Amino acid sequence: MAVLVGRDTVVVVQGITGREGSFHTKLMLEYGTRIAAGVTPGKGGGEVHGVKVYDSVQEALQEHPEVNTSIVFVPARFASDAVYEAIDAGLKLVVVITEGIPVHETLRFTNYARSKGTVVVGPNCPGVITPGEAKVGIMPGHVFSRGPVGIVSRSGTITYEISYALTKEGLGQSTVIGIGGDPVVGLTFTEAMEMFEKDPETRALVIIGEIGGDMEERAAKMIMEGKFTKPVVAFIAGKTAPPGKRMGHAGAIIMMGEGDYASKVKALEKAGVKVARNPFEIPGLVSRVL
Amino acid sequence: MKLYEFEAKGILARYGVSTPKGVVVAKGDDVRGKLASSGLTPPLVVKSQVLVAGRGKAGGIRIARSVEEAVSLTEFLFDYPIKGLRPRYILVEEAVEHSSELYASITIDKSARRPVVLASLYGGMDIEEIAREKPESIVRYHVDPYMGLRGFEARLIAKKLGLKGGVISSFASLLQSMYNAFVDYSADLVEVNPLTIVGEKVVALDARIIVDDNASYKYPELAIERVEGGEVSEWESRARRLGLAFVELEGDVGVMGNGAGLTMTSMDLVYEYGGVPANFLDIGGGASAERVKKAVLFLLEFPKAKSIFINIFGGITRCDEVARGIIEALKEYSGKPKPVFVRLSGTREEEGRRLLEEFGIRAFDNPLDAVVEAIRAAR
Repeated sequence: MAVLVGRDTVVVVQGITGREGSFHTKLMLEYGTRIAAGVTPGKGGGEVHGVKVYDSVQEALQEHPEVNTSIVFVPARFASDAVYEAIDAGLKLVVVITEGIPVHETLRFTNYARSKGTVVVGPNCPGVITPGEAKVGIMPGHVFSRGPVGIVSRSGTITYEISYALTKEGLGQSTVIGIGGDPVVGLTFTEAMEMFEKDPETRALVIIGEIGGDMEERAAKMIMEGKFTKPVVAFIAGKTAPPGKRMGHAGAIIMMGEGDYASKVKALEKAGVKVARNPFEIPGLVSRVL
Repeated sequence: MKLYEFEAKGILARYGVSTPKGVVVAKGDDVRGKLASSGLTPPLVVKSQVLVAGRGKAGGIRIARSVEEAVSLTEFLFDYPIKGLRPRYILVEEAVEHSSELYASITIDKSARRPVVLASLYGGMDIEEIAREKPESIVRYHVDPYMGLRGFEARLIAKKLGLKGGVISSFASLLQSMYNAFVDYSADLVEVNPLTIVGEKVVALDARIIVDDNASYKYPELAIERVEGGEVSEWESRARRLGLAFVELEGDVGVMGNGAGLTMTSMDLVYEYGGVPANFLDIGGGASAERVKKAVLFLLEFPKAKSIFINIFGGITRCDEVARGIIEALKEYSGKPKPVFVRLSGTREEEGRRLLEEFGIRAFDNPLDAVVEAIRAAR
């Protein structure tokens, strides 16, 4: 068992003919991910690393009805259209790698996805990996190994760092989800935690947060309320970052005391979460709670 | 992208919001001619158009009792820096006599994934203090992005504020206009603070709009030169021109990473091991060799950085591209030699490390080793 992706994941790559789409299709195939089709409007009939290219998701699905997941590499200006196309084709999971999508567009397609029962991960995220089964993302596959630790993260590169450190200590991962660094994302910490709570293979969770926003505080609240019962350790990036740029009065009023490093650590520790000072303390903390 | 007050007011006026009658004077304009022909009736408010907070307290807003005085105040303000910035535009408006100052804004509540309207009877410069001390005095209302802000919802907000009679409708239509501008301009923020009530009319005395940088390409008409920042250092503005995400700090260890999380963590590590970072520089995801070269050259030339710690964990970023960029930068750099410590892991790490080692640079696998060396070398 795992969450979101696994052996039964069959992928369509949207934007497969672009630089990143093609390169990462190759890496995902090498990892063992089942990629059935690719889509680039106007490039139908071609092939990328042995994967057939179609003009639309609909056509790809006619030929490959087993497809249930999309990964989107489409450039920012056309990315939300691609996401809607995947949602309307009935796909259950859409992983959006694209960086730079206007937040108003993300706001609309994440709300739309929810109304249709589609899970959107991202945008601006590294994707999801269930080690040994499927990699739907751009993360370097070799730093992961299979085991009992779930990871949910706002920071791509720190995810690699911590997974690598865990792997080196023999602590494998059940599923690793990079939720993305944009202000609005399709899957939040607490939504991912609901999935990990139900996954019997996951015996501990690592939360990788960042300063800003209130997702870590919400995760802490969920733990306090007893809705997440597995042991949790966390790392928050940005301890020494100078206070960031603020966005008018409205941003400050909305956030009111949430979002800085101290507030996140305090909330998590109050909920019984051990917070690591640096990524390399995570393996030690995890082995203590397992 | 922050819009100037006069741009924000111009946009809101097109959506039906009442704003004071005014005229914009650009640097180099015939100030006297423009104001004389404007038909504005004194008293006038002369407002420096700078994109920094706290403009009023810094002396950027002046009252003129005559057109003549407005002319000299305008000329004065063009040469009067606000937090280090000299304005390119001055807005001269008719003063609106008012006894109340209200607040209204629309932004995105990120965790709720909804636009949110914030409104209060207590606007002005102390709105954040009021939010802290009397949070119940601020009405928050989440909007369904598919429905938009409907009239009855906007009137509900007005009622919740305690507004009565005809003002309910005029306040509600202000909110709807703000909401429509918020959507049409892909705004991170539309804020009217303060706004006031004259009879049954609602007037926007000041306005701010921030357009999402990812969407600014949709609005070519807003592509005017903007003087921004204020507290930006020389090296920060140089970095901005190069398109680098760079923040100057007090220390001596130059820091560069890929991704904000890893770059911040690299700074945290420098502190933890007893050093002080000279900067934050994030090359972002999927940087090309060309971009890496630009960033490394920048840090080589940045005098505060006595040594450089480069921390790369490639996902979409390819280690071989990074290695090529580092090598090209070091080849091109002709200044005083500076020690560079590179940690390289992730996508194509073997190719990247080989390139570096062939060039005579050690590639670290463990960032802690690289940090310790970089701190020692900076001393």
